[in-house]
Amino acid sequence: MADERVSAVQLLTPEGQRVAHPEYDINLTDAELRGLYRDMVLVRRIDTEATALQRQGELGLWAPCLGQEAAQVGSARAMAPNDFAFPTFREHGVTWCRGVAALDMLAILRGISNGGWDPSLHRCGPYSIVIGAQVLHGVGYAMGVQFDGAEDVAVTYFGDGAMAQGDVNEAFVFAASFSAPVVFFCQNNQWAISQPSDRQGNIQLYERANGFGFPGVQVDGNDVLAVLAVTKVALERARSGNGPTLIEAYTYRMGAHTTSDDPTRYRLAGELETWRLRDPIERLKAYLARQGIADRSYFDQIEQEGEKLAEQIRDGVRAMVPPKPESMFDDVYSEPHARIDEQRAEMLEYLASFEDAGG
Amino acid sequence: MTNLTMVKAINAGLRKAMERDPKVLLFGEDIGRLGGVFRVTDGLQKDFGEHRVLDAPLAESGIVGTAVGLAMRGYRPVLEIQFDGFVYPGFDQIVSQVAKFHRRMDGAVAMPITIRIPYGGGIGAVEHHSESPEAYFAHTAGLRVLTPSDPQSAYLTIQQAITCNDPVIYFEPKRRYWDKGEVDESQSALDLGAVADPWRARIVKAGSDVTVACYGPMVRTCLEAAAVATDISLEVVDLQALAPIDYETLVASVQRTSRLVVVHEAALSGGVGAEIAARIGEKCFYELEAPVTRVAGFDVPYPASRIEEHFLPDLNRVLDAAERVMGY
Repeated sequence: MADERVSAVQLLTPEGQRVAHPEYDINLTDAELRGLYRDMVLVRRIDTEATALQRQGELGLWAPCLGQEAAQVGSARAMAPNDFAFPTFREHGVTWCRGVAALDMLAILRGISNGGWDPSLHRCGPYSIVIGAQVLHGVGYAMGVQFDGAEDVAVTYFGDGAMAQGDVNEAFVFAASFSAPVVFFCQNNQWAISQPSDRQGNIQLYERANGFGFPGVQVDGNDVLAVLAVTKVALERARSGNGPTLIEAYTYRMGAHTTSDDPTRYRLAGELETWRLRDPIERLKAYLARQGIADRSYFDQIEQEGEKLAEQIRDGVRAMVPPKPESMFDDVYSEPHARIDEQRAEMLEYLASFEDAGG
Repeated sequence: MTNLTMVKAINAGLRKAMERDPKVLLFGEDIGRLGGVFRVTDGLQKDFGEHRVLDAPLAESGIVGTAVGLAMRGYRPVLEIQFDGFVYPGFDQIVSQVAKFHRRMDGAVAMPITIRIPYGGGIGAVEHHSESPEAYFAHTAGLRVLTPSDPQSAYLTIQQAITCNDPVIYFEPKRRYWDKGEVDESQSALDLGAVADPWRARIVKAGSDVTVACYGPMVRTCLEAAAVATDISLEVVDLQALAPIDYETLVASVQRTSRLVVVHEAALSGGVGAEIAARIGEKCFYELEAPVTRVAGFDVPYPASRIEEHFLPDLNRVLDAAERVMGY
């Protein structure tokens, strides 16, 4: 890659040329390759639609994953059905691959829920908002897998900013200490809101793994094939009892941190242009076309599917109504709780007093 | 019945809980090979193995955060925080994750995590080893808070905390760790049901003039005060649960006595006593003969141990408060 700091595993160049790597390789069927393309295009379509819906006032906020589709789809498609993902709020590509419905991803940002789906159903945790907190959850889950004598693996997602968090570093310690079956998947998208990734430490992120006693590998995060290959190796390593791996997927956040952010205040437009040339979808498209694995009619078909999905999202989001006020008392506890029951009754009585007045 | 210290009683309760449910596992610093700095988990690793009683790396947030993942995997972790003053590195995971997860997931994921914390002063310890941080946790929605006061209540409530499907912060009064009492080890807390409801306050001494609400280490102090109070009849209520507080029992008591003194080691302002005072003011306005009065630690960082006796409520301060409420 162009950056001097980077020595990432790559199997597909930005121009869509398949290249060999001495350690990592992947053999996919044509259908699987087309599937990765479809995933990335649809995830991007969800992402752009959600950004638009935020601009229209239909969502309170959106954290775009624009530019990170290969890192997310490649790693999530490497997982076995029983593996468990622990995503952050930007991992729409991961939740998509885990089978979470697009509308469920939007529930939290529509402000009608703090979650959105049943983790056990998709084997995928909720969008974690406190930076790095979910990484410890992934390690604990993996310890449980180990105690069960099972072969599942936890994959925890986080960004370059999270590498400075105590929880992430404690997660590394615990995982190494218990040799837990976990994969640490760090998307270095270069920017933690306004801070460049070198603010989080002065060595490359993947190299930090050495200090914790497990391997770290840097992969071209915009190369879906390389991400898939590297993640598969890390998963198998964990599955066979050899402990954690840190993967640094070197990528770029092409959008804002969230729709409330203005990246023009802290980074140059030229940087974005550089990364446009490394677009993860374009490079796979070029490869598929050149190899005759997919043609124009296939690309058009996926685009149409994306438009249909976007339409469903638009309609679905507008139909999402706020839950009843008293639902805030539901599930605070799983067992009966006198204070909650009392306050729910008070709220209902108060609300009912307006109905009486109007009645 | 066996005569046990509170340490041994909690140990017996933990053993019972582990025998009953193979998903119960203990996790904390120095709890395995050493048996914990207070020996509460003594012998449990030997009997249940290293996968049920785990020595953790020295990182409280890591202990609590990994427990969240263990709970997601179907385990029922029982954590030990070595001392009250060391819980704060784990505070974020407790407040933002453990407490909120069940609500966040619309009930799809339970957090049956018990967090044991030895708390309180009176043992001549160095800084950070004598604190009473219960109000932070009692204030946090999604958590339950329990604190035993004697070996028998400790034996039962630790089992009930572990069985509870909600997260329970379990405060162990460390200055009462070595107090002995009769414990019926043949009892399993689960079989007792409502007979020993941990969420109900206990009237540990009946009286007619002043209700004294207390919990944890202060229960013995208040019982001692009641025993020597010749002119005033004190009714001592062991709250046992600080979240949720059993107001039914407390209100009924205050309706009989018309006077309430709340006693805790924790600092006065914003403490559990303040919440109780507000509640009883609302519920017993017409019955009260005197303002609800608090006896508590001062609003200062826990002092150096040589002067801690001036910080901690003692028998005399409890009696002084009782006399004051009788003076109205």
